[in-house]
Amino acid sequence: MKILVGVKRVIDYNVKVRVKADQSNVDLTNVKMAMNPFCEIAVEEAVRLKEAGVASEVVVMSVGATQSQEQLRNAMALGADRAILVEAEGEIEPLNVAKAFAAVVEKEQPGLVILGKQSIDSDNNQMGQMLAALTKRPQGTFASKLVIEDDKALVTREIDGGLRTIALSLPAIVTTDLRLNEPRYAKLPDIMKAKRKPLETLSLADLGVTLKSHCRLDKVESPATRSAGIKVSSVDELISKLKDEAKVI
Amino acid sequence: MTTLVIAEHNSKKLSPSTFSTLMAAQAIGSDIHMLVAGKNIAAVAEAAAHLSGITKVLCADADVYEYALAEPMGDLLVHLSTAYSHIVAPSNSESKDYMPRVAALLDVGQVSDVCAVLSADQFKRPIYAGNAIATVTVLDEKKVMTVRASSFDKSTQQNDQACAVEMVDFIAQNAVSSWQSDDITESARPDLASASRIVSGGRGVGSGENFALVEALADKIGAAVGASRAAVDAGFVSNDLQVGQTGKIVAPDLYMAFGISGAIQHLAGMKDSKVIVAVNKDEDAPIFQVADYGLVGDLFDVLPEMTDKV
Repeated sequence: MKILVGVKRVIDYNVKVRVKADQSNVDLTNVKMAMNPFCEIAVEEAVRLKEAGVASEVVVMSVGATQSQEQLRNAMALGADRAILVEAEGEIEPLNVAKAFAAVVEKEQPGLVILGKQSIDSDNNQMGQMLAALTKRPQGTFASKLVIEDDKALVTREIDGGLRTIALSLPAIVTTDLRLNEPRYAKLPDIMKAKRKPLETLSLADLGVTLKSHCRLDKVESPATRSAGIKVSSVDELISKLKDEAKVI
Repeated sequence: MTTLVIAEHNSKKLSPSTFSTLMAAQAIGSDIHMLVAGKNIAAVAEAAAHLSGITKVLCADADVYEYALAEPMGDLLVHLSTAYSHIVAPSNSESKDYMPRVAALLDVGQVSDVCAVLSADQFKRPIYAGNAIATVTVLDEKKVMTVRASSFDKSTQQNDQACAVEMVDFIAQNAVSSWQSDDITESARPDLASASRIVSGGRGVGSGENFALVEALADKIGAAVGASRAAVDAGFVSNDLQVGQTGKIVAPDLYMAFGISGAIQHLAGMKDSKVIVAVNKDEDAPIFQVADYGLVGDLFDVLPEMTDKV
């Protein structure tokens, strides 16, 4: 079975985000970029399925700027076999990304697509579900456990109050939650090897996808900051503050 | 222009997030219908019909909607969509599943986690784990959106006179996904997402057994128990107690954090709480920068003492 994995280049999760002075967007100049953490989990899961003999090939794909090649090489160092970059500049809306992925799914016919549940920049949490709709494949989102059994994928996911397991007929789309696995680090020899693995570059036009704008970004501002309150010195003082001042107990 | 609000419920009653979502829908400023979908939900639909501000309740009661699986729910909403300018759901584990499907099937975008409604087509939403707030204008004619319940008021007026409840006869077909099992944590405590008080523990609590200290205080003051991702990852408590960017977003009247350092991802989930209390051994812990009341101390001393004295 072939597995297609999505990878997004985003701001490194350790970097503190700053809003531009003109409030047009967040400032990404000279900021460290990295693979979206949920995508790392998706790559790891696909590589493990290959190591377990369930998958035959792992293809990673990104829709984004030329620099996204870095993250694709990184994914190949972690064990993916080849990569596809669909070049597109700027922030691409989830539905447009989903359309590019749908075109590649049509071409590659993977038995499973694994994606991160959300990217840590736009926090939309939409792409996997949109891809499932466009390709008419079943979806298992926020997977914390994935088992492939015959022609089915058993996905355990979080719901309010606990966990739910659903069965999907393959081919299917799965999105990853944090607890699915612990991604590995790339070893130097694997990083060297990844440089020679095939990376195909396509344009949206090659895939027959036209960008459509659904949403306009008007302004980005810093959230209202919460100022630090006071330090109390004892439990008694804390309880009296909560009772008399804040009146919450 | 009519807005369709999708009710969140547990088949017995409406969740408070439904009321918050109704508040957001009222800010959009059009006529509002509410959809109650599920199995054996007549009582929920009846309760919805008494909510002030709604002119019609749609009730989709069928086996296929029982677990709100994405594929049938998506098809149901697409079927209903023609009559609506806005389709609005509270942001929860189910709506995050089916709403993007609805948007894609309608060839429109989706606005996730709306935290303010500026007009019928302009909204605010958090990005970068709540470290920035974006104002966006939706260009599509049909707006598909999910609402961050903690950003809107939960109080809703009831009417003595119920509005009409209309049964939906559309039954989606689903041959591709099926429910297998649920592993629900039984708890007598208030639900984390809607509790007015929350006592949370972090890595500093040290073990699952030690969480009994957190639970004891929670039970004493009628609070829900929460946890940071570190505590969940360490296996102290189950996943569904996680508060944070990737867990539950909460905004109780009182949030007490014990042994939680205050990573950005955790703050994203609780910083809208009215009063925040932090207890931590490390006086430089970032959580103190957002806490109304901070106490530098060992939680193993503070928790029992508080439980005793409160």
